[in-house]
Amino acid sequence: MIINGVAIDDTFAEAFGMRGIRLIITAYNETWALHSANALTGFATSVIACGAEAGIERMMSPDETPDGRPGVSVLVFAVSSKELIKQIERRVGQCVLTSPTSAIFAGLDEGDPVPLGKTLRYFGDGFQTSKQIAGKRYWRIPVMDGEFLVQDTARMVKAVGGGNFLVLADTQVQALEACEAAIVDMRKLPEIVMPFPGGVVRSGSKVGSKYKALSASTNDAFCPTLRGATKSELDERIGAVLEIVIDGLTDASVKKAMEVGMRAVCRIGAAGGIRRLSAGNYGGKLGQFQYHLREILK
Amino acid sequence: MSALTFTLRSAPAQRVDVGMLNPAALAGQAASDIAAIALNVGKRAVRADELFDITGDDTTDIVFRGDCRTLERIGAGMKSGRVTVDGDAGPYVGQGLLGGTITVAGSAGAFCATGMKGGRIDIAGNVGESAGGAIPGEMKGMAGGLLLVGGHAGDRLGDRMRRGQILVAGNAGDYCGSRMIAGTIAVAGSLGAYPAYGMKRGTLIFNALPAQMLPTIVDCGAHRLGFLSLLYASWKGLPGPFGALDAGACTVRRYMGDMAVGGRGELLVRG
Repeated sequence: MIINGVAIDDTFAEAFGMRGIRLIITAYNETWALHSANALTGFATSVIACGAEAGIERMMSPDETPDGRPGVSVLVFAVSSKELIKQIERRVGQCVLTSPTSAIFAGLDEGDPVPLGKTLRYFGDGFQTSKQIAGKRYWRIPVMDGEFLVQDTARMVKAVGGGNFLVLADTQVQALEACEAAIVDMRKLPEIVMPFPGGVVRSGSKVGSKYKALSASTNDAFCPTLRGATKSELDERIGAVLEIVIDGLTDASVKKAMEVGMRAVCRIGAAGGIRRLSAGNYGGKLGQFQYHLREILK
Repeated sequence: MSALTFTLRSAPAQRVDVGMLNPAALAGQAASDIAAIALNVGKRAVRADELFDITGDDTTDIVFRGDCRTLERIGAGMKSGRVTVDGDAGPYVGQGLLGGTITVAGSAGAFCATGMKGGRIDIAGNVGESAGGAIPGEMKGMAGGLLLVGGHAGDRLGDRMRRGQILVAGNAGDYCGSRMIAGTIAVAGSLGAYPAYGMKRGTLIFNALPAQMLPTIVDCGAHRLGFLSLLYASWKGLPGPFGALDAGACTVRRYMGDMAVGGRGELLVRG
């Protein structure tokens, strides 16, 4: 399959079942809501070492948020319910409770419970108060700028982590610009985040390492500087490879994001130095979800 | 089907407990069975059809007509459906209400909504003393649901209230929110003396300070409280002044008390 001069590899992205949650952070203005959201989703690129993968889903206007203030919708993913609950408690406690004027609410109505205010309320040292409004419980925790308003419980659902595609280009800059274009289009979609810096990752990994302590190591087959020294997947024209990783609340949302992203890359095409699209997988043995590139783009 | 309607033949001289004439208790009963239900008038047991003209057959929609001021416990304990009183009602309207709606076109007597846990009660007129309050011997008053009062409320509104919301469009009497444990009471009109007497937790929302405040209520200053925007938004569309509140107008003067009993309750004065 070739689209606009870009060869689509006959391969698939392998993704994993995760637990995902949507939270809505509001604040006095968009700037402060973003400060809090950026902190909460910071250092959350890969579950391998961060405990969670997270990102900003979208900005929310005051008429969309529970308390009528500007807001940010964030998605957080982890490998298990237990880990997600731990990550949410830490991240909300350190990054939202601490952020001036902030409030935080559940973004999903269905799913398994994740304590928010239920555990954070103890920061109030007995001065915290709860309010049940329209069937939902909230906690008001006194803080130095007034009150931190936090919903008692949020909801988490079964989700998908690790949808991906690789952009193979003539040069590093061409690969990067194509990925930037893809990210712009993908960020318009609901229920997904691209957790790496700017949505793009350069250090794709393979399972295992020559060093016993490491469970993953650089994907040498896609490293252009090793083309002649390893069993490379790259021909002599490929100068750089970048990857876009997608986490989503549903299988369909990840698939849609991959399609939108890959089509954006294909629009740039061979004229822009894009040669191939490929994907990362583990032979289909590890992940519950497979996203075949040619099926998605047909 | 038409509403099951109980029209009083004449106002009883003594109080009558009509708590069993609610949708859950009457569901599936034949008209003859409903007519034969024994109601106590003083020490005399009378058949329901001796007291009322009974028409209609929809047990989920019950209407009381006539001078109902001596009828007690209208809609008590009901779980769903609708009860309407076409005039004034007696005491204990909606006692222990779990769900459904009760609408009173006139006023209601004392202890309206006592022990209520869910559902909604609309009183177009006034309510007597201890609306949403605990009856003697009970540790808790209202424990959930919504009580809307279009007129005025008597003394001890929400006494020992545990949860739920009471919205009063008119004035409230003395000791509003006395011994309150939790929940929310809002009064649009003026207040009697000493609100929040013995109040442990919960929220009282007023438009103005009462004439007499307890010395154990302390001023915490004017603040913007974010939860009010959610609260006001949840009231949007309700009849009366609370349904039209601006959800963005969340700045209030906050008083805390009653410091004699822990002082975690709050009085919020708008404007």
